[in-house]
Amino acid sequence: MSAIYILWLRELKRYTRSRAQIVASLGQPMLYLLVLGFGLGPVFQRAGNGSYFQFVAPGVIGMSVLFSSIFSGLGILWDRQFGFLKETLVAPVPRIQIMIGRTLGGSTVAVIQGLLVTAVCVIAGFRPANFLTIPLALGFMVLIALLFAALGVAIGSSLRDMQGFQLIMNFLVMPIYFLSGALFPLNDVHKVLKVITSLDPLSYGIDGMRSVLLNKQVFQSVFGPFNDLLVLAAAGSILLVFGAYRFSKIEI
Amino acid sequence: MIRVRNLSKTFGSFTAVNDVSFDVEEGEIFAFLGPNGAGKTTTIKMLTTLLKPTSGSMELDGLDPRVEQNEARKRFGIVFQDPSLDGDLTAWENMEIHGVLYHVPRKVRRKRSEELLKLFELWERRNDQVKKFSGGMKRRLEIARGFLHTPRILFLDEPTLGLDPQSRNQLWNHVKKVNEAEKVTVFLTTHYMDEADRVAHRIGVIDHGKLVAQGTPKAIKEQTGTESLEEAFLKLTGATIRDEGADSADAMRQFAKMWSGGRR
Repeated sequence: MSAIYILWLRELKRYTRSRAQIVASLGQPMLYLLVLGFGLGPVFQRAGNGSYFQFVAPGVIGMSVLFSSIFSGLGILWDRQFGFLKETLVAPVPRIQIMIGRTLGGSTVAVIQGLLVTAVCVIAGFRPANFLTIPLALGFMVLIALLFAALGVAIGSSLRDMQGFQLIMNFLVMPIYFLSGALFPLNDVHKVLKVITSLDPLSYGIDGMRSVLLNKQVFQSVFGPFNDLLVLAAAGSILLVFGAYRFSKIEI
Repeated sequence: MIRVRNLSKTFGSFTAVNDVSFDVEEGEIFAFLGPNGAGKTTTIKMLTTLLKPTSGSMELDGLDPRVEQNEARKRFGIVFQDPSLDGDLTAWENMEIHGVLYHVPRKVRRKRSEELLKLFELWERRNDQVKKFSGGMKRRLEIARGFLHTPRILFLDEPTLGLDPQSRNQLWNHVKKVNEAEKVTVFLTTHYMDEADRVAHRIGVIDHGKLVAQGTPKAIKEQTGTESLEEAFLKLTGATIRDEGADSADAMRQFAKMWSGGRR
């Protein structure tokens, strides 16, 4: 247990020590929120969908949790590069505990990041239908964070060096984000796109956040919040097991 | 304490370790010598559960590091050849993580961390991030960390690389001390023959993945008819300079290996 705790703490310390990075990582969500939020607003309104800014805010929160958690998992690549990975791998601690410590640490950081972006959204004018539902949204953030931190660990354990990073970014992380319905409503999309988006776990996370944060009159849940919860929990569990398996197979 | 039989490791068509057998007795200091790329580090990686051998068998204190990984890990400590510190954390935090991972009780951990950081003259800088340290200081911290818990077997992979003579002296004195006082078995590699001659009870010379000689330093000198261990070493391994491969073919192999998770 203490091994899990110390590795969790390590992730947190690394996060709080890189202040410049915290600010930098707020840049991209803000760009999406402010530029798209206000830029596409009039079109969205004219189509009769209400405020785009309100619609996109949960998507942007989901995006920041996605990026932050998947990168924390990929941090294994950095640790491999700088050697710290070896130090944890030869320690007399079951590798599952090491994996859990890292994953929990990365998820915690991702949730903190998500809350920061939520605060930015509120400052910029986002108004949840009811502020009391924010804890529910937080629950969805936790699930998204755990799921993608585990995926990040699985990928980070399978790559040998940094060259694969760009590949992952362009062919996995960005598609997960764009296909999640973070930026557009999934209700009336083409059948093909509907199938693809329903295979993206992030779709359920963002749908879940929207269903608890937004007014029922402006947003109808695509999958239903309860289904969102089930899918996230199931996919998250599978990825945690898979991530732990890949991590246990690392050779240096 | 360490028992290796017909150990081999191949990476694709390259044989890094080729049919190596040796024993290290309890309480012995065994030096593993060889030119660059001879297979020293690969052997250590296999013994310390970081790499699976292609064939052959190993025993650490009667345990097989391939199957009883966690039990085996409890038996040894290791100082790696290349860096393994977390640069974002302070020296003290790096010691703390190590102590917790190795189940050193808090009180002992704090006391020993202080002693070791003082011994290796890092105490004043304990609250600085390791990335601000010089190469020599990082090295000293790695070594101090390696002594934080008392293992039954201590692996030292070129521990003196980049150390000044003072720190080197400090290190070997400490190695001898734990070896004598706590009967720690030591398995080390080094490029400094005089060090091996001075500290090691027995020596194994490896070249191109094969063990070419083993015995006491005296026996090896007699066997080759040379005056110093350095001459004996050159006689056994030849005078040509080796490079650890990093040519374009290696880079390609590396790229191909990227997705296989090292399972080739």
